[in-house]
Amino acid sequence: MNNMKRIDRSQKVRHGFHEAKWDEPIIYELSCPGERGVLVPKADKKIAEEVGEGTTALPASLRRKESVNLPELSQSRVLRHYMRLSQMTLGADVNIEIGQGTCTMKYSPKVNEQLSRTLFDLHPLQDESTVQGILEIYHETDKYMQEISGMKRFTFQPGGGSQGLFTMASVVKAYFDSVGSDRDEFITTIYSHPSDAAAPTLKGYKIIYLQPDPVTGLPTMEAFKAACTERTAGFIQANPEDTGLYNGHIKEFTDYAHKMGALCCYDQANGNAVLGVARAKEAGFDMCHFNLHKTFSTPHGCGGPACGATGVREGLEKYLPAPIVDFDGKNYFLNYDLEDKEYGVHKVRSFYGVAPVVFKTYCWIRSMGPEGLYQVTKTAVLNNNYMYKRMLEIPGVSAYYIDGNNQRVEQCRYTMEKIFNDTGVSTGDVQRRMMDFGMHYWTSHHPYFLPEPITLEPTETPSKADIDEYVDTLAYVLNECYTNPEYVKSAPHNSTMHQIDESGMDDPDKWAITWKTYLRKYK
Amino acid sequence: MTKIKLGFIVNPVAGLGGSVGLKGTDNKVDEALKRGASPMANIRAKAALSELVHLKDRLLIVTGKNELGEASARELGFDVCVLENGHKGTAEDTVELAARLAEEKVKMILFAGGDGTAVDIYKGVKNNFPCLGIPAGVKIHSPVYARSPKAAGELAGLFLEGRENNIKELEVLDIDEELYRQSIISTKLFGYLQVPYKKIYTQNRKSPTPVSEKDNIRSIALKVIEQMEPDTYYLIGAGTTTRGIMQELELPFTLIGVDIIRNKKLVAQDVYGKKIMDIIRGKRSKLILTITGGQGFLFGRGNQQITPEVIREVGKENIIIIATNEKMMALMGEPILTDTSDKKLDEEIAGYYRVISGYHETVIAKVAVP
Repeated sequence: MNNMKRIDRSQKVRHGFHEAKWDEPIIYELSCPGERGVLVPKADKKIAEEVGEGTTALPASLRRKESVNLPELSQSRVLRHYMRLSQMTLGADVNIEIGQGTCTMKYSPKVNEQLSRTLFDLHPLQDESTVQGILEIYHETDKYMQEISGMKRFTFQPGGGSQGLFTMASVVKAYFDSVGSDRDEFITTIYSHPSDAAAPTLKGYKIIYLQPDPVTGLPTMEAFKAACTERTAGFIQANPEDTGLYNGHIKEFTDYAHKMGALCCYDQANGNAVLGVARAKEAGFDMCHFNLHKTFSTPHGCGGPACGATGVREGLEKYLPAPIVDFDGKNYFLNYDLEDKEYGVHKVRSFYGVAPVVFKTYCWIRSMGPEGLYQVTKTAVLNNNYMYKRMLEIPGVSAYYIDGNNQRVEQCRYTMEKIFNDTGVSTGDVQRRMMDFGMHYWTSHHPYFLPEPITLEPTETPSKADIDEYVDTLAYVLNECYTNPEYVKSAPHNSTMHQIDESGMDDPDKWAITWKTYLRKYK
Repeated sequence: MTKIKLGFIVNPVAGLGGSVGLKGTDNKVDEALKRGASPMANIRAKAALSELVHLKDRLLIVTGKNELGEASARELGFDVCVLENGHKGTAEDTVELAARLAEEKVKMILFAGGDGTAVDIYKGVKNNFPCLGIPAGVKIHSPVYARSPKAAGELAGLFLEGRENNIKELEVLDIDEELYRQSIISTKLFGYLQVPYKKIYTQNRKSPTPVSEKDNIRSIALKVIEQMEPDTYYLIGAGTTTRGIMQELELPFTLIGVDIIRNKKLVAQDVYGKKIMDIIRGKRSKLILTITGGQGFLFGRGNQQITPEVIREVGKENIIIIATNEKMMALMGEPILTDTSDKKLDEEIAGYYRVISGYHETVIAKVAVP
């Protein structure tokens, strides 16, 4: 008789989770003088006679007089070091990445990554004739972006979100400079990403914020009219904002801005909400940007892969930074002639965009096709609204601006204000406790406006079972706030690091960013 | 080892009125006790102190006699130093005790009470001493109180140990209890207390630490000063945000009153109604105000010196509103309120304003009649 039972998988919450902890020293502390990973052979006598030792190819003035202070280690120790560190992370490939709301943490197909590695030998300074293939991909991706947004031309030069916004602010400035106008104000909303204000500020603009209506959470037309004058150069905002609310009246805003002579810039960092549904052009925007690492899965890497897509409507192409990858009917080439030599933005960064990132964007769009892109948004919105319903069933969880008329799109900023008031456990405490279950729960709620926020964005990636597991785990932790608040507040318990003393975070005297400073400051 | 000195004050009658439906205890202690109210203040104070038990060996609690603090502290086994003063926990006792504690150079004062108690503490130490309230009263409008006795104890512990060193100036507000009993809420701004607060550290790489409130206030001040026009009288209203302007100009300032400057020089200090009119009548003048009173009032809570007559003389178009980002966000999109006691004037003032919230930043905000 077989009495063996299958493993019980009825429990969704991963109580048995424990993150790896290796007590791994800093790599400099592992250094052992004289130990080597690679022994570089000296040049053969014959070669040395011909061209000298390897370093002699460099001019003497560029050669180091002293050897550089690098840790001295064998290959196996280096490998072990980084493998251990990699186990002490909670990245997108191991956890159900829903808790990093606003970041659109979708799955980035590994095949695209694999394919893009074939490009690592290319160099942006290579002659155009030798890189026709990748230039074609730039050009094609530009065309896809045009179709997705309704804009006339895209550049991939700006490095991701903030630079995309900066490029738009720069285009606005270039445009008004070229027509001899000294308009000096930019309008944005409180809930837009902080960079929406920061970018025009960098161009010298004064920022005017619109507050959300306390009922709908969206800016009102009345307030917009009070803000928008003949001093207004630009209007910039995210739509939907990170609250997950979409301003369906956006066209009235852009129309009014145009009536007042201003240009409109669309922050499409939350573009996953509108693929194939709504376009920047029809919403009345003059320019827009996409974060390729978010909507187009390229993926994130340490905060972004430093490549975005920024596009403008017809008539503004000449202000885009140069060069633009173009096609003359026969060859692909870098077009420097398009730009307005006097007023154009010229450059926001070197070269013309990170090739592997543009390539992965291209691969992803091609693999999806137009119907697939539309399906992405439909699924992301469906996932979010399923999650929204489940989240609001958790006691103590609520969301602002539930007015009955305004549906959340692809993400939502919830609030656990009631739980905090009842128990003193904050959203920051919950963040640390979620790590005990192998779950990421970020703190991307900026600007910190709603009390005790929880910002979640499922994207199209997770299955229903994944969403259920995430919500069940969160519900478990939020219940724990009532039953065992001290345990939540002292979390994490199953993580690599436990709570640390954060008091030094604002004290530069305590910071040690390099090994050298560490040695100097800490005896 | 020298012990860390913690000042500790309990207003033993705080909260008495609430449990028996009196809406506050001001002038009502006997009535409350007659109605069978049981004193809760010391119980709540003890709840806060018990969060500091782990620091027992390092703390000396400096406090008032018996139920003014001594009893609770001794019960929990703390070392206590009692300052002899009044006995009954009257308002005067609290004021005097707070002043004495400041002289004793305690590291901070932890006090239990309600809005009235915070006013008394303020009268004792003004705004130059770290204080933190343990909520024990009927009315708690002042943000100088922690969320709960436990939270007050925890925060005090962090501050005493030097793990949290951040100080904020928070409003001391009280409502008129006589009016409150008639269901009319009229908040008055008495001043500001220095209160420790726990900084929220976020781990968001996308946004650097937001500018501190101090820097925010300074950036607003620089903007306002840059825009100042010659030969114009500027009326500087109450508050820590408006104070930034005077500090930047190195001028003396009345924190809860109105000062007048012209060509960046002080013209008059702590003036009100008629006195203001004597100076500005027929002259070009502007009014610089921030929002006060907890609920976001422009007029009517803390700016009573600026009478309807003064506002009319200055003119709506010459009202300059300044507020930190944090204050604007706390409004949650709700309008700024005006309650000048002149309904017609309030309606004239209402409308959209550009509130200066930074050097190159403004927020469009609606001013409305409550």
